[in-house]
Amino acid sequence: MTSWFTDKPQDLRRFRVLTGGQAVAEALRQIDPDVFPVYPITPQTPIIEAFAQCVADGRSHARILTAESEHSAMSAAVGAALAGARAMTATASQGLAYMIEIVYLAASLRAPVVIAVGNRALSGPINIHGDHSDGMLARDSGVVQVYVTTAQEAYDWMVMGVRLAEHGEVLLPVMVGLDGFTLTHSAEPVEILADAAVQEFVGPYAYPYPLLSEVAGTYGAFAMPEHYFEIKRQQIAALERAEAVLPAITRSFAKLCGRQYAPLEGYCMEDAERAMVIMGSQRGTAQEAVDKLRERGQKVGVVTVRLFRPFPRRDLAEQLRAVQAIAVFDRASTPGSFPPLYLDTRAAVRTPRVDSVIYGLGGRDLTPDDIVAVFDRLKRPAVDADPIFYAGSDEIEQER
Amino acid sequence: MSDVGADLKRYLRSPMMPTVWCPGCGHGNIARAIATALDRLAIDLGQVVILGGIGCSGRTPFYFNTNAMHTTHGRVLAFATGLKLANPRLTLIVAMGDGDALAIGAGHFVHAARRNIDLTVILYNNSIYGMTGGQQAPTTPFSFRSTTSPFGSIEPTFDAVDLALAAGATYVARTTTFDFAEMPELISEAIRHPGFAMVEILSQCPTYFGRLNKLGDAPDMLEYERDHTVVADEEPNQAVEITRQDLVGNLPVGVFRREIRPEYVQQYAELSRGRGGNYGA
Ligand SMILES: Cc1ncc(C[n+]2csc(CCOP(=O)(O)OP(=O)(O)O)c2C)c(N)n1
Ligand code: SF4
Ligand SMILES: [Mg+2]
Repeated sequence: MTSWFTDKPQDLRRFRVLTGGQAVAEALRQIDPDVFPVYPITPQTPIIEAFAQCVADGRSHARILTAESEHSAMSAAVGAALAGARAMTATASQGLAYMIEIVYLAASLRAPVVIAVGNRALSGPINIHGDHSDGMLARDSGVVQVYVTTAQEAYDWMVMGVRLAEHGEVLLPVMVGLDGFTLTHSAEPVEILADAAVQEFVGPYAYPYPLLSEVAGTYGAFAMPEHYFEIKRQQIAALERAEAVLPAITRSFAKLCGRQYAPLEGYCMEDAERAMVIMGSQRGTAQEAVDKLRERGQKVGVVTVRLFRPFPRRDLAEQLRAVQAIAVFDRASTPGSFPPLYLDTRAAVRTPRVDSVIYGLGGRDLTPDDIVAVFDRLKRPAVDADPIFYAGSDEIEQER
Repeated sequence: MSDVGADLKRYLRSPMMPTVWCPGCGHGNIARAIATALDRLAIDLGQVVILGGIGCSGRTPFYFNTNAMHTTHGRVLAFATGLKLANPRLTLIVAMGDGDALAIGAGHFVHAARRNIDLTVILYNNSIYGMTGGQQAPTTPFSFRSTTSPFGSIEPTFDAVDLALAAGATYVARTTTFDFAEMPELISEAIRHPGFAMVEILSQCPTYFGRLNKLGDAPDMLEYERDHTVVADEEPNQAVEITRQDLVGNLPVGVFRREIRPEYVQQYAELSRGRGGNYGA
């Protein structure tokens, strides 16, 4: 996989120094959707401001609708998508919370809207920093969810997300999550593809049953108990198919730029005895901690999950097959139970020892030392049958 | 009435200073006017709740030595309605941004006004979404710039006074942060008013609205407010006419309605008494 950090590429001019937010805006400009209804919220604002500038400068033909709320923004996107226009939007945190009613509807109406989410903690207390609690609100909505780990990935997955959303076997919204501030506002070299390459990759929007076609249609019909269940099952099957069609999309994307993505990615997993599972921007920190422990001869590894919905349970089981102990890092909590990524992992593997670690709520840093401590704990016998650790906070609680 | 010598510090929560507001932000002028109004009214601060939505304006409750409630973007009037129903004796001052009140929360705004529930909305209208970085609001005047309308807005604007009047608010006024003397006067009158009262205050956001529209610094913007407002005729119907003039023209300021109509919580109490209940007793 070519990236600035791994193999220094030949043509450096293709790389621009962009924040994750700007990279998403650049993808939007190149995808050039027909309609972009939106309501501002930190940390999504850099995306919409940069894109609004492109539209104002005539570099995108999109119609930006400055809606009066996220609820209206998503409603407008669904309406546009079903009428036969490519519609995209962006939000975060409370904005996604307010949008959620229509996110469920978009999935069930099969509106392939791509939504960029600058993942941010939910209120309260009010906080503007990164965590995944907003994305988890949409976990069960039936949308495809991707959590990226760099600005480059944010750009790449916006482009691939369009293909995935609009794939005839899928036709579902795709949510591309990038961690608030650590990704939305931090700059790194990002390779930008040629405009024509992106245009060709996404192709024209061709919704199979647009409302503005020759055939009259109805969206939003009532479904009584004799139909509702089966319609839901069709929707569930469509989401499962997203995993099946993804490899063809990632392969054709790799032909453009050499970056070959998978639903998840293992690092030092070949001979790992202990492993951690994580999503989002802290992957770099995790790999650093793993490197540190590997230097000390410890067989540890990390699996980064990118595709969260549909959950790549078979791939994950395969990655973790030979591991003796696992720690799953969630940047969200499920008060009263175990957090989402933990539950999904637990259901996918047979490993007896799986610890849950909650980290980074409201933007708290996760340090390599926090991770090293978790790996150390995995060496010792489990203290509790089902412990949850709170990395970066347990110490503070103990001092109280 | 002069405020010279009035010690307003007692109303402010000094550990929270300095405020988050940018230098020259009109929201600070409004906060001062609220403190002055509280001083004039001599209310027990323990019986006052200042509520805020989310936005630069929504930070207001942080800075007062009253009870405070910081809610979510757009929903503050729904919170306030519950609060007032639960404890009708409290005096509620609701700080709302133009985005808060007229975009995402417009639904609550009209229904609170329609019910004529006894509280005071101070609408901090800076024509923009300040907190999130200067995006277009439904109050951004036609042709004015914002970060999401870099070549000027093409949308007609909401007139908060029109909207409040149409929805049934019983006290409706508009002033500007330029008018240091009128602000506290209207705010005190609105607080005393038994019913839904709204004071819209045109406020300057030099950081975004001023900069994007080349309106200069705070003092220039204050003068801009002075030059782009006209004192409205006290006749309520006249006022409605005037506000429908040119979208970028002068805005009328003054009091547009003072009316006593049955108030929601009182009605509720009467209904309760009539049915043998003891609500509001
Ligand atoms: C549901 C939701 N959407 C978006 C936001 C982001 N947001 C915070 S403040 C704000 C706008 C503030 O504008 P305004 O109400 O005019 O207040 P000002 O900052 O200008 O005083 C927005 C969009 C949010 N907090 N919640
Ligand atoms: S951004 Fe504008 S409204 Fe917000 S504090 Fe600064 S000047 Fe005031
Ligand atoms: Mg505002």
